Amino acid sequence: MTTLITEATLPAAEAPAPGGRLRLVLSRLTAAKGVLVGGTIVLLLFLLAFGGPFITHWDYATPDYSALRQPPSGTHWFGTNGLGQDVFAQTVRGLQKSLIIGLLVALFSTVVASLVGACAGYFGGWIDRGLTFLVDLLLVFPSFLIITIISPKLKGAGWIAFVVLLAAFNWMITARVIRSMTRSLREREFVRAAQFMGVHPLRIIVRHILPNVASFLITDATVAVGGAVMSETALSYFGFGVRAPDVSLGTLLAAGTDQAPVFPWLFYFAAGLLVLFVLAINLIGDGLRDALDPTTEAARPARTSRSSK
Amino acid sequence: MITDLIESRDLLEVKELAVDFGAAPAVRGVDLRLKRGETLGIVGESGSGKSVTALAVLGLLPGSASVRGSVRLEGRELVGLPNRELAKIRGNKIAMVFQDPLSAFTPVYRIGDQIVEALRIHQSLDRAAARKRAAELLDLVGIPEPERALDNFPHEFSGGMRQRAMIAMAIANDPDILLADEPTTALDVTIQAQVLDVLRKAQRETGAALVLVSHDLGVIAGMADRVAVMYAGRVVETAGVDELFARPRHPYTLGLIGAVPRLDTGGGPLVPIPGNPAALGDLPPGCPFAARCPLVQDRCRTAEPPLAGTDGHLAACVRADELAERRPAPSEVYPVPTVPPPAVSVPREEREQVLRVTGLTKTFPVLKGTVFKRRVGDVYAVDGVELDIRHGETLGLVGESGSGKSTTLFELLRLGRPESGRIELLGQDTAGLDRAGAHKLRADIQIVFQDPMASLDPRLPIGDVIAEPLLAQHAPRELIARRVPELLRQVGLEPAHAERYPHQFSGGQRQRISIARALAVQPRLLVLDEPVSALDVSVQAGVLNLLQQLKAELGLAYLFVSHDLSVIRHLSDRVSVMYLGRTVESGSVEAVFEQPRHPYTRALLSAVPLPDPPAERARTRVLLAGDPPSPTERQTGCRFRTRCQVYAALDADRRGRCEQQAPPLAQAAPGRDHAAACHYPEA
Amino acid sequence: MIRYLAKRFGYYAALLLVAVFLAYALSASALGPRSYFEAKQPRPSAASVDRQLTALNLNDHTPVVERFGTWAKDLVLHGDLGRTIHDTSVNDDFGRRVWVSLRLLLIGSVLGMVLGVAGGAWSAVRQYKISDRALTLFSFVLLSTPVFLLALLLKNGAIAAKDATGQEVIPFTGYETPGLAGGIGAHLADWSLHLLLPTLSLALGGLALYSRYQRGTMLDVLGSDYLRTAEAKGLTRNQALIKHGLRTAIIPMSTMFAYSFLGIFTGAAFTETIFGWHGMGEWFIQAINEQDVNSVVAVNLFAAVVVLASGFLADVLTAALDPRVRT
Ligand SMILES: Nc1ncnc2c1ncn2[C@@H]1O[C@H](COP(=O)(O)OP(=O)(O)O)[C@@H](O)[C@H]1O
Ligand code: SF4
Ligand code: SF4
Ligand SMILES: [Mg+2]
Repeated sequence: MTTLITEATLPAAEAPAPGGRLRLVLSRLTAAKGVLVGGTIVLLLFLLAFGGPFITHWDYATPDYSALRQPPSGTHWFGTNGLGQDVFAQTVRGLQKSLIIGLLVALFSTVVASLVGACAGYFGGWIDRGLTFLVDLLLVFPSFLIITIISPKLKGAGWIAFVVLLAAFNWMITARVIRSMTRSLREREFVRAAQFMGVHPLRIIVRHILPNVASFLITDATVAVGGAVMSETALSYFGFGVRAPDVSLGTLLAAGTDQAPVFPWLFYFAAGLLVLFVLAINLIGDGLRDALDPTTEAARPARTSRSSK
Repeated sequence: MITDLIESRDLLEVKELAVDFGAAPAVRGVDLRLKRGETLGIVGESGSGKSVTALAVLGLLPGSASVRGSVRLEGRELVGLPNRELAKIRGNKIAMVFQDPLSAFTPVYRIGDQIVEALRIHQSLDRAAARKRAAELLDLVGIPEPERALDNFPHEFSGGMRQRAMIAMAIANDPDILLADEPTTALDVTIQAQVLDVLRKAQRETGAALVLVSHDLGVIAGMADRVAVMYAGRVVETAGVDELFARPRHPYTLGLIGAVPRLDTGGGPLVPIPGNPAALGDLPPGCPFAARCPLVQDRCRTAEPPLAGTDGHLAACVRADELAERRPAPSEVYPVPTVPPPAVSVPREEREQVLRVTGLTKTFPVLKGTVFKRRVGDVYAVDGVELDIRHGETLGLVGESGSGKSTTLFELLRLGRPESGRIELLGQDTAGLDRAGAHKLRADIQIVFQDPMASLDPRLPIGDVIAEPLLAQHAPRELIARRVPELLRQVGLEPAHAERYPHQFSGGQRQRISIARALAVQPRLLVLDEPVSALDVSVQAGVLNLLQQLKAELGLAYLFVSHDLSVIRHLSDRVSVMYLGRTVESGSVEAVFEQPRHPYTRALLSAVPLPDPPAERARTRVLLAGDPPSPTERQTGCRFRTRCQVYAALDADRRGRCEQQAPPLAQAAPGRDHAAACHYPEA
Repeated sequence: MIRYLAKRFGYYAALLLVAVFLAYALSASALGPRSYFEAKQPRPSAASVDRQLTALNLNDHTPVVERFGTWAKDLVLHGDLGRTIHDTSVNDDFGRRVWVSLRLLLIGSVLGMVLGVAGGAWSAVRQYKISDRALTLFSFVLLSTPVFLLALLLKNGAIAAKDATGQEVIPFTGYETPGLAGGIGAHLADWSLHLLLPTLSLALGGLALYSRYQRGTMLDVLGSDYLRTAEAKGLTRNQALIKHGLRTAIIPMSTMFAYSFLGIFTGAAFTETIFGWHGMGEWFIQAINEQDVNSVVAVNLFAAVVVLASGFLADVLTAALDPRVRT
């Protein structure tokens, strides 16, 4: 053998243990106070939404005729409404529904966005032009208009149809970003290298493209949960989303609006939880963005729920 | 006092300058002095603190930096001066030229307006007068049609033009000092030669002192009067330029000189400096170079040696005197790998043909339009390339950026039917391959890319990275499990590293990983696209040595693309020179480098700076005029005409041939491995 | 540059055409004007319902494409948007409401943009200082509040103020005081007061969104080479920041404005409804509930035109701001 001078000895600073990346991300995450605070709040809200029904003996639909429009008290923690229904039970139930809707919408729309965006960006040509036109077309109308037109038709199908509808109009902007990220990834040398090795295109997408946009997708999906909850409440507020007998934060706000000045507990508990939840989600999203993608901390705009709404 | 008198002659005096970013030091006590009109060169690997030092002088570091020490301009302390006062000095007394001329101009303002602004900050000129002066400045730095150029936006200029304009802006107010931070690093050699010339001229016109920061010893050798070598945030050696190159007193300087491949001597292994540049974050006590130094002794680790010495030659090494006395060659101090004799020793003609390319072309459409794209023109990226590689041989492919080198490679690797011309890989015409045939052939040709950061998927552990080509060839699992550690060892890494991610490796190591990946399927031909141009010289030397060794052991053939002629000379057996998509000269390395026939090759060779001050001064230069023309128009005749020094000297009669006929690639003599595409070749 | 913009314009026109057809087809098939007439008391005969529907070009027994053809022909030839379900002119409603909405949209979004850009740039320059953190927190809270909720909160505040003082300090219904006497000055003051809350509920969201985004682009620019060059020339930090930094950092914002206009438009629909403005948004919700196809399509058309116009404006703005896209 020849005396080959190796560079085998990594200097200490450069050699974190295997899996260093994960640890790096974790340490950054814990360093970001926003993620900690936001995460704790979200966790507590989930506990409240799903554990809440078990700690009160009131049912969200059953009225208590002995207490109509009562302010918060020991028996009715958040008070009661005009029918004598327990506001705590209702809020918890509404929160539950809103959270589920938010999660599902974010999940569906992220999946669609990443598939459409990655395919359009990777294959280019007619596939790209077709998909881009579709995206532009869907962006021409505020999705709110379309959803309001369609949603009366879906009365019978319940809230799942509503989820599909929300997701169907919530993926376009993300898809655009994924598309342009894919286009630049496609020119990167490691993708070129894979192409020259004869790796199948779909495999390249799954193995090289998607993992490299994953940090954006995770962040975006997080923020999309908040956006979906806001859309849900807005549409339900105007009667185009969740309908009775189901309750969501939106329907609760709608029911409580007129009485808010006089009977604030009918309105402000739901409103407060809504803002708290979305705020917590946005804090997590912001922290994730920094932790997962430190190089582009400033480069990427703060994409918060508002832009997907 | 006498010392005071001597000191007062210094225009700029930097003492104990230290810069920290948070807790991490970047510069740790730099001493420099600069006299009027003199050129001080600063060399060092990337991260050694060259740029931070330059920026600290002007007070241009970001707010996160804390600066200590002293910077005196004509005796006036600049460190700690309020921003308003500093602003009066910047651009006026001290001006700066930055590395990347594209990002250094504000993209939304016209070049002229930006120069006018620089003028009007420090001089009371009206707009018209300032504009007139700006045009004069552009003219001075050799920009054609300066009046019109004033109205161009930065993106409409080529790299060389932008850097000229940057110099024009820097000398607008007749500064006493020009700070140039790697002003030519982003440019091609021929353009680099032009810009260095402009810098010299600017210095002559203004009488300014020049601080030239560079990692290129050749550039420093040709420009500097005195040199400071930086390592790990400190100056480790400083001396007059001849003295420094002839009698280095610091092992690091010695290593740097030995690591540079040279144009004027061929072959032989280079002297790599082992290890990686020191991480400034946690330096052990003592000499920061100790971890890489072949001369290290126990006493080196106790205290950091001070910068000391006699007659203006200072070095920060405890064994400087020994080196001064003994004057060893780099290879006597550093361990040099021995390259085994080549695996193939049959004469060239009898060896198997690995690659043969004739008349290759590739045109890209220039598209316009958002939805329905229309073709509005063509880029003739590759337009007549000839290549010929035999078993166990390295062909170097040289050319300026944009000359079509990478496009040529991608056409080869596509393994499809070329637009026109013919590609034969291992005797098979790629035009006739079916999918399965192409897939099989992929194993025989593999590529290593330039950018060690971009060529490895950051999300895959390197074991998976290296296994990828094997997976693509459907290799069995046991084979993969066996091959990966073997390959890692082969390129000088440890098998245990397979679990780590690319970002945990240094640039040189990543390039080794790329090489391991390419070798995984045991290719016959390795295509290397500028594999060392992103690396520091000391690291580059190690990678080049590795490549030579692998070639000898495995009998590989290389197609080695580079813009660096010294590297090509060092590594290749044969060389092929491209200009505007066309092969203009090819032949054995000795023939082409010693008796270049094409005027372009001659200009290229003369533009490469030698890391040897007397030799560099003694050379006569062929300076090419202007930039290469745009490849979107196909000219008749010879396409080098617009810049050809031979053509320029011809009479009208003989010019006609250059204008009308495209010169074919013709052999110098029958049977000789040397051909050039010129009607009037040398010798 | 003109060519570039002309091309964009052509693309947008194509988008608009397809989009309007889709909107028409969707509204015409999803809504049920027939049921609206059948629900009338006394119940009209089937033949009379058919007659009325046909007269309004709403008969679902005619193929959608044919109805669209009739509608489009009237629109192109006479600029006629058709009849409402009450057999009044859609154009009349449109003409009346469009100014109400535009007033709100324009003032709200422009105010949001200006404040957002200024706030974001300022925040970036003062990164991690108290003022930056305060603005960041403020934007986050605003961004987490849906527009309708923000509007409701503002309205509730105004109601509380009224209850507390016994008089309407800040008006929260409609866009003018009905039957107000006095000169032009009094009217202007009245209008501005009525604009205050609805505009705020739109502008605050914009402010929050844009300031986050502008802060990001500005931070990018702060580390750029050309800003350093500007300082190396002898400009002071602040001069360099404004002349070279902000000027460049504002370019990506124009695209952002176009994108976010969708959200603002939606928000405006909510705001109008909540503050009792008789604008396009209120009309839309009312029309859907009345199965009024032609009115719904008219609002959709308006939305598409506004969104595309803002997209086109963003293109013009980008081209004007950035010499690199012009060539
Ligand atoms: N803005 C900055 N923030 C933190 N560290 C920096 C910054 N600029 C430079 N450094 C660090 O300072 C050291 C010296 O860098 P530099 O002067 O750019 O080296 P060179 O110019 O010799 O390549 C490096 O370790 C680099 O990472
Ligand atoms: S002081 Fe010691 S370790 Fe440092 S360079 Fe000199 S011999 Fe090498
Ligand atoms: S053919 Fe003429 S123009 Fe071309 S390189 Fe030779 S001398 Fe120059
Ligand atoms: Mg540098």
